[in-house]
Amino acid sequence: MDEMEAIKATFFQECEELLADLEVGLLAMQAGPADGETVNAVFRAVHSIKGGAGAFGFEGLVRFAHVFETLMDGLRSGKIEQSSDLVAALLRAADLLADLVEAARGGAEAEDDRTGAMAAELQVLIEGGESAGSMSAPAAGEAAGELDAPFSFQPLGASSPCEAEAPFTPLAVLPLDGPAGDAGPVAWSIAFRPRASLFHNGNEPALILRELERLGPATITLDASSVPPLASLDPEASWLSWEILLTASCEETEIREVFEFVDGDCDLSISRAGEDAPAEADTDAAFAALLASIQDPPAAAVDPDVAPPVMAPPVVAAPVSRPVVAKASTDPQVAAPQATIRVDPERIDRLIDLVGELVINQAMLAQRVMESGLSPSSAVSVGLDDLEQLTREIQESVMAIRAQPVKSVFQRMPRLVRETAAMTGKQVRLVTDGENTEVDKTVIERLAEPITHMIRNAIDHGLETPEARIAAGKNPEGMVRLAALHRGGRIVIEVADDGAGINRRKVLAIATDRDLVAADAQLSDEEIDNLIFLPGFSTATQVSDVSGRGVGMDVVRRSIQALGGRISIASRPGEGSTFTLSLPLTLAVLDGMVIDVAGHTMVAPLSAIVESLRPKPEDVRRLGPTGMVLAVRDTHVPLLDIGCVLGFRTEAPPASDRVVLLVEAEDGSRAALVADGIHGQRQVVIKSLEANYRQVPGIAAATILGDGRVALILDVDAVMTLRPPGASRAAESTLIAAE
Amino acid sequence: MTDPVEHCVNDIFEMISFRIGEQEFCVDIMAVREIRGWAPATPLPQTPSYMRGVINLRGAVLPILDLAARLELPSSEPSARSVIIVIDAGGRLVGLLVDAVSDILSVSRDAIQPPPDIACDPVRNFIRGLMSVDGRMISQIAVERILPEVETLAA
Repeated sequence: MDEMEAIKATFFQECEELLADLEVGLLAMQAGPADGETVNAVFRAVHSIKGGAGAFGFEGLVRFAHVFETLMDGLRSGKIEQSSDLVAALLRAADLLADLVEAARGGAEAEDDRTGAMAAELQVLIEGGESAGSMSAPAAGEAAGELDAPFSFQPLGASSPCEAEAPFTPLAVLPLDGPAGDAGPVAWSIAFRPRASLFHNGNEPALILRELERLGPATITLDASSVPPLASLDPEASWLSWEILLTASCEETEIREVFEFVDGDCDLSISRAGEDAPAEADTDAAFAALLASIQDPPAAAVDPDVAPPVMAPPVVAAPVSRPVVAKASTDPQVAAPQATIRVDPERIDRLIDLVGELVINQAMLAQRVMESGLSPSSAVSVGLDDLEQLTREIQESVMAIRAQPVKSVFQRMPRLVRETAAMTGKQVRLVTDGENTEVDKTVIERLAEPITHMIRNAIDHGLETPEARIAAGKNPEGMVRLAALHRGGRIVIEVADDGAGINRRKVLAIATDRDLVAADAQLSDEEIDNLIFLPGFSTATQVSDVSGRGVGMDVVRRSIQALGGRISIASRPGEGSTFTLSLPLTLAVLDGMVIDVAGHTMVAPLSAIVESLRPKPEDVRRLGPTGMVLAVRDTHVPLLDIGCVLGFRTEAPPASDRVVLLVEAEDGSRAALVADGIHGQRQVVIKSLEANYRQVPGIAAATILGDGRVALILDVDAVMTLRPPGASRAAESTLIAAE
Repeated sequence: MTDPVEHCVNDIFEMISFRIGEQEFCVDIMAVREIRGWAPATPLPQTPSYMRGVINLRGAVLPILDLAARLELPSSEPSARSVIIVIDAGGRLVGLLVDAVSDILSVSRDAIQPPPDIACDPVRNFIRGLMSVDGRMISQIAVERILPEVETLAA
């Protein structure tokens, strides 16, 4: 990947974040009249996308983003009134913007009718808003003029720095009798020196300076003195800086907000140039002196007294009655985004692999030391204990690096809800909860699909039409609640709707119709609900565009199970259904029970084991020709020899002198698995078998034990279904009868 | 992937040759990642008999394929002298269990002949070509075809 491609990749990555911010902001606006900061955030997101897109020459994207931005700007300045229709249009525009970004990422310039229509719609809103709205903002006239002007965007870096000089030399001469605000205008002295990274990130100083002018009249002076001769000019470097004298009745934070985009990409110093100017004559004089000095760029560049370029506190020539307020550009108070770094996920994966190796090695070492017969109080053993602790801490820390909030998945859902609602003609409100719940990245990546499916399902099958809801005395707007939480070392995702609940009669009829259950079967409500997870089941009588894509809940269930998770459903007629899925927090390690099976060491996932016991001979009973059951307290569960099921041996030795693991499958059914011995519990690093081989029936994955050998991790559910066909039916009916 | 142009300068291939019983085989050296001694493998349930199981290759789970059994040759229990050739078969690592590694050969493209059409599935499926070196016949293994799922796909 060449450098340009790398930057482009970063741009698209940022676009994802910006689009997410955009969505969050718009949703906040949808919830009610938003404060200025929210509107600003939306504006900034669109603006940044436009800026980046311009740098890469995505014309269609730029054009559309520009219209969007103009509308947001109108909203921001109060020229356009916020209304629910407007926000709805903005949300659709945001979806389209996301599509355009996606198209640009794919290398296409999507300039279709949809874009044109949406742009036209936004344009109407802009014009409608402007003629009707108040023209209160100081920059209103200018902004309106800007709209009419044909829009063009120059890719950054294309123009030479010298060319840029012309537009920015004093843009406006400071009128001392500027508009008086409530607090009275204050003269601010701002030194702004972009770093090269500012340009690399696709920012445009001109836009920032123009933005600054909206706060009040500004005198902007370009300092081009450090531009080297053309021959030695590094076009990638930053050579220009500006000094701005701004008279505005605003707080320092407002000025900083203008520079918020480029925080960290420039040297910025903001200070008050004087007291509440221009009230007193002496400050006026000071002000004039200051003005004079900074309008003389060469002098300004060397004069340490006047607005030093970086962050030394400024000293104003005239006496001032109180200390000058000066803040460093890296002021942590001013909405500084939390410092984060981007790391290639491959590096983290590598680190996790290495730590996995470390854990294995440490275990190996511990085993060797134990075998050598050293006393547990010997220096070596004590040191080894410390090592073990450290290793575990390192492992946890490394895992924490990969942990991410589920937000990234949840953020995709509002759009899905909007689209599905539009497609089904239903009114839906999405409520999310616990979006900061953290889970391993590998799990997050695989959450999106099942959640998407469950939400589609909830809207398509769960919620009623607005008419039906009104008839049932409910709010016509249905609610879908998406929540995430940690419970018992797992992450739980709930998708709940307040629809009609599962139509059990219909479900049963369909299941009987399709021979999924016997016609005379007596099933509990819960069992009926769970029928929807059966392969080949779909309640929609006609295959709808929304959820009937040939992918049923059985596929969702299987994909969840493949991750070591469970999915269940709870439903109340008339009140709605709740799908609950629980997943391990990480797919990298597993708490397991190390067992012996027919001479092989294996690992059974601890999460599936209810208890382990040594069966009494009288509790083991024959059932049918080959079936065996174990009496556990008052119930009988099928007794399965792991070695036989996996095909390691054909004849199982008597169960009574061995160990039984009472396990529970995802669907709640239980079985007693017979192992030859138990070695204890251990956290093991999960190694994929599929990476170099393929899935093996009955085996979930592999791991590496302390002795360096590979041990297989049992797939408990699969082992239970792998059981010889003759024994299963009888044992199952016993199980049901006993329960 | 290594640049193929560089690899077959003047159409010369480098091969690693090895023995299974009486017969000699070879694989393209570019596919070989390493050669290691035999270590007991953890058997996998319900897999074809030529899959010996899996071993730990510095943290990765490496399936071991008994090449003799795969080629339907008489297969014997591996001994301390047996060798595992770790090859990269289309992005997946697999260990080939062979009796011994014999040589590194430089073979020109012209010297590789297509296998004669004998009615024998393993030969048709897994032998890409034959070459004659110092009077010995050496068969080139088609590494991308020896993993089981590729076989099912082809069928």
